[in-house]
Amino acid sequence: MLIESGSPVAADTRIGISLTINGHRRDLQVAPWTTLLDLLREHLDLTGTKKGCDHGQCGACTVLVNGTRVNSCLTLAVMKDGAEITTVEGLAGLAGTGSNSLHPIQEAFIEHDAFQCGYCTPGQLCSSVGLINEGHARSRDEIREAMSGNICRCGAYTNIVDAIEDVMSQGGGR
Amino acid sequence: MNRFEYVRAGTVAEAVQAFAGAEGSRFIAGGTNLIDLMKYDVERPGRLVDITRLPLDRIEERDGGLRLGALATNAAVAYDARVQSRYPLLANAILAGASAQLRNAASTGGNLLQRTRCYYFYDTATPCNKREPGSGCSAIGGIARIHAIFGTSAHCIATHPSDMCVALAALEAVVQVSGPKGERSIPIADFHRLPGNTPEQDTNLKPGEIVVAVDLPARDFGSHYTYLKLRDRLSYAFALVSVAAGLELDGDQVKTARLALGGVAHKPWRNRKAEALLQGKPANRESFQAAADLIVAEAKTQGGPQGNAFKVELARRAIVRGLEQAAAGTPQSISDKRIQ
Repeated sequence: MLIESGSPVAADTRIGISLTINGHRRDLQVAPWTTLLDLLREHLDLTGTKKGCDHGQCGACTVLVNGTRVNSCLTLAVMKDGAEITTVEGLAGLAGTGSNSLHPIQEAFIEHDAFQCGYCTPGQLCSSVGLINEGHARSRDEIREAMSGNICRCGAYTNIVDAIEDVMSQGGGR
Repeated sequence: MNRFEYVRAGTVAEAVQAFAGAEGSRFIAGGTNLIDLMKYDVERPGRLVDITRLPLDRIEERDGGLRLGALATNAAVAYDARVQSRYPLLANAILAGASAQLRNAASTGGNLLQRTRCYYFYDTATPCNKREPGSGCSAIGGIARIHAIFGTSAHCIATHPSDMCVALAALEAVVQVSGPKGERSIPIADFHRLPGNTPEQDTNLKPGEIVVAVDLPARDFGSHYTYLKLRDRLSYAFALVSVAAGLELDGDQVKTARLALGGVAHKPWRNRKAEALLQGKPANRESFQAAADLIVAEAKTQGGPQGNAFKVELARRAIVRGLEQAAAGTPQSISDKRIQ
């Protein structure tokens, strides 16, 4: 059903929302308790976004909502009605260089060997793009601090910071 | 997560009305704490009232200070140019907390209302008076190294986890709320409460009241301040002890001192006697040590190897160091973790 301001929606009702995901508008029916993470993975087969802790502590689920990085596991999809969502699957599209080429941050992660097992990488990539968009971090220390919401249990941190610094020095991102 | 009704509110009045319309309603904004607690079944709301569409996200000039809309995100406040230049104490405290992702989602009002991070509060298999009144306190006699040393009761030794609120306490911010009986202002010192016999109540908000704004007074302590946070790891961890200090100096004498501690009590901890003691004293280590001694003299700790007795000396040293940083005009850096 469509939602009306101030009117309660019963607990067993699916709510009609529309999201623009990686540039494509999607009209969806969601239960109010569906997180953005579960919507992406379970309903839309966008499994690039990873479920790590499911409690906002690891950052594996990081996506961009209206260009801003957030933990999709702590976001109810229904509350983001009308938003633009970018997941790791859509980063290449953000770069605007054609669908076959990677986003500069993806190129830099490969160049700097900024991952080992890769499970945290989609979150690290989205978080990196968010960090560059924000424009607050300049030094290595500031990058490290601003990336502390993304855990890498393989310990690729040093190379992740190298990759981000590299893209920032090229004025890249978007 | 339990099943709940969902209401999207368009106005504050609509939100207040929707809240009253069901049992166990909760307002939701950023959701970073509430959704987490719902996943642990600690919170089981009957109805969620989504307030994110209310027009409460502005940061505005007001009476020589600033009014922070309740929906201004933690990131929006911390990086606001006016907050950065005039209230760096607040900006630094916010940036010392959580992660960038969480600060992008979390709201000013929600930060005030976040719940304790006591392990037992989160663990529904253990007794907790805050979660289930009358069931007992597992932290007393349990693993209590993160717990309170000031203002505890026989029923609860939980701490308030916020960094932002510690700075707000030092700045003497005022919380604006709206509710079924109209609007009122609550000084930050009276907003949070000590656990006493009713640890299930974190704040003095009345049922159905909603935070609409936080006012920062004109006195900003923008020259001599620090937010010094000590924790188990250097980023993205809750404070074991934190110190928000603001000084106004007359030469090398203290004209006014504001000092609030985080991680040590059920609310940001202020000691007016210690602040008064500093007034008119030289801004040096001897004065700061006297103030710190006075504050920690009231500490009551939990014993044993898993207790929190270490926090007394940690707090004493953090207070002295924080006041020294403030006096010298060399606030603790957020990114360079060395303590000067």
